[in-house]
Amino acid sequence: MTEAVDPFVLNLTVFVLAIFIGYHVVWNVTPALHTPLMAVTNAISGIIIVGAMLAAGPVKLDIGTVLGLVAVTLAAVNVFGGFLVTQRMLDMFKKKNK
Amino acid sequence: MSANSVALAYLTAAVLFILALKGLSSPVSARRGNMFGMVGMAIAMLTTLTVTKNVGYILIAIAAGGAVGAVVARRIHMTAMPELVAAMHSLVGLAAVLIAMAAFNNPLAYGIGATLHASNRIELFIGTFVGAITFTGSIIAFGKLSGKLGSKPLRFAGQHWLNLLLGVLMIGFGIVFFFTQSWTPFLIMTAIAMLIGVLLIMPIGGADMPVVISMLNSYSGWAAAGIGFTLNNNMLIIAGSLVGSSGAILSYIMCKAMNRSFFNVILGGFGGEAAAADQGDGVQKTYRSGSADDAAFLMGNADSVIIVPGYGLAVARAQHAINEMSKVLTEKGVKVRYAIHPVAGRMPGHMNVLLAEAEVPYEQVVEMDEINNEFADTDVVLVIGANDVVNPAAKNDKASPIYGMPILEAHKARTVLVVKRSMATGYAGLDNDLFYMDKTMMVFGDAKKVVEDIIKSLA
Repeated sequence: MTEAVDPFVLNLTVFVLAIFIGYHVVWNVTPALHTPLMAVTNAISGIIIVGAMLAAGPVKLDIGTVLGLVAVTLAAVNVFGGFLVTQRMLDMFKKKNK
Repeated sequence: MSANSVALAYLTAAVLFILALKGLSSPVSARRGNMFGMVGMAIAMLTTLTVTKNVGYILIAIAAGGAVGAVVARRIHMTAMPELVAAMHSLVGLAAVLIAMAAFNNPLAYGIGATLHASNRIELFIGTFVGAITFTGSIIAFGKLSGKLGSKPLRFAGQHWLNLLLGVLMIGFGIVFFFTQSWTPFLIMTAIAMLIGVLLIMPIGGADMPVVISMLNSYSGWAAAGIGFTLNNNMLIIAGSLVGSSGAILSYIMCKAMNRSFFNVILGGFGGEAAAADQGDGVQKTYRSGSADDAAFLMGNADSVIIVPGYGLAVARAQHAINEMSKVLTEKGVKVRYAIHPVAGRMPGHMNVLLAEAEVPYEQVVEMDEINNEFADTDVVLVIGANDVVNPAAKNDKASPIYGMPILEAHKARTVLVVKRSMATGYAGLDNDLFYMDKTMMVFGDAKKVVEDIIKSLA
């Protein structure tokens, strides 16, 4: 057992555990907030922006970096739009709680 | 930053995302949760900026996309949330495809190595096709939700066989890509996946949109996780899995609320059958109708009123009017509550947001399971813009296509008021026995107009 574990197996470990966390956390979300949940998950799936930024990274501008930059733009819409619209909705729920 | 510091920063971000979702367990903690999410995202993006080049271009791209997102988030009407969410899913899907292409173009940029390993190729394949299906599927869903495409399901003979064939072809080209590592099979595979996305969503009708939108939500998460596998980035995998399982759970909840199996929705076939099933009884049934004044009189003298809002309420833009009416009734000492069916809106929790926007107090809004056994002790139920979700046939008539679907048991109340434009059927194309009960009074007209008349009459 001295050989290194394939990164794929490590990724899979994280993947499976994260699904378990997601499962338990999401079942605890109150049904009244399911729409904000979708909006915030939209923002969180914008995390793909990290992959896009790496794709846009190489100094030599070629087709790959351009694709990366386009992907950064698309994902940024999700990141900003998602969090802000969630905030806007949650503010509505707060107003009446006073 | 060193690779270890980057990984630790990403771990922090991942934990903050989990806390963001955890916060949504109550409206009180939700705002703080959202803040955690924003901080997590900021950490993730800033960290990545330190390890990548072309920072100037990247910042311009972020500013451009971010500005669009911010403007849309501010301007969007709450009734249009489902379209916005669908549009955002498609962006994630497309971004995943573009990133996969970039990774294939230059694996070195991601530290994958100059050549793609077998597992890299499989991950690229999966990430790309999930992204491609999400992209086009969400565009179709967006079109249907925004009314740019008809919401009617589009079906044709051999549809499922065609999808199956395309699926096999897609995998076939994926295998070719695996062995040749060339662009042609990769691009053909991507194109087929995009076509599948279109064909998968086109046959699904408007009533099933809450399921579709949740499902695409889930896909967008899996697409992000797939890219995480390719890049060996645990944060992407964690964030993607959170979104993926969230969407899957919402799909499950929506299916349950419509008493349908997931495959039943995906394979289509609801609206059409239901309409056919109902054509048997040509008997003219009688119903009682009354005016807004009658409705006001009944509610004004009641001890308790439960309002059952449906999407028709939002279409008529009557949310604010109904809140005004509730206020007047509450001042008169009437106990007012709202009963929410899980599929009352166009997406999970949509009706709650629409009512929250109209400043309906959170405590008055009750979910189906909690309020159902209280209908029997309720004087008046006001059904407004809803139909199938209060159809007693779902409980009593085994022959009904919606038999078994959980409903709001409005028929158990002492008096039922139904505000509707006409006697037309709901989404499922079914007649509703509730409308013909002796204790039911129909109030015909535009929801907003009727509610405003009720308010005048109560004053």
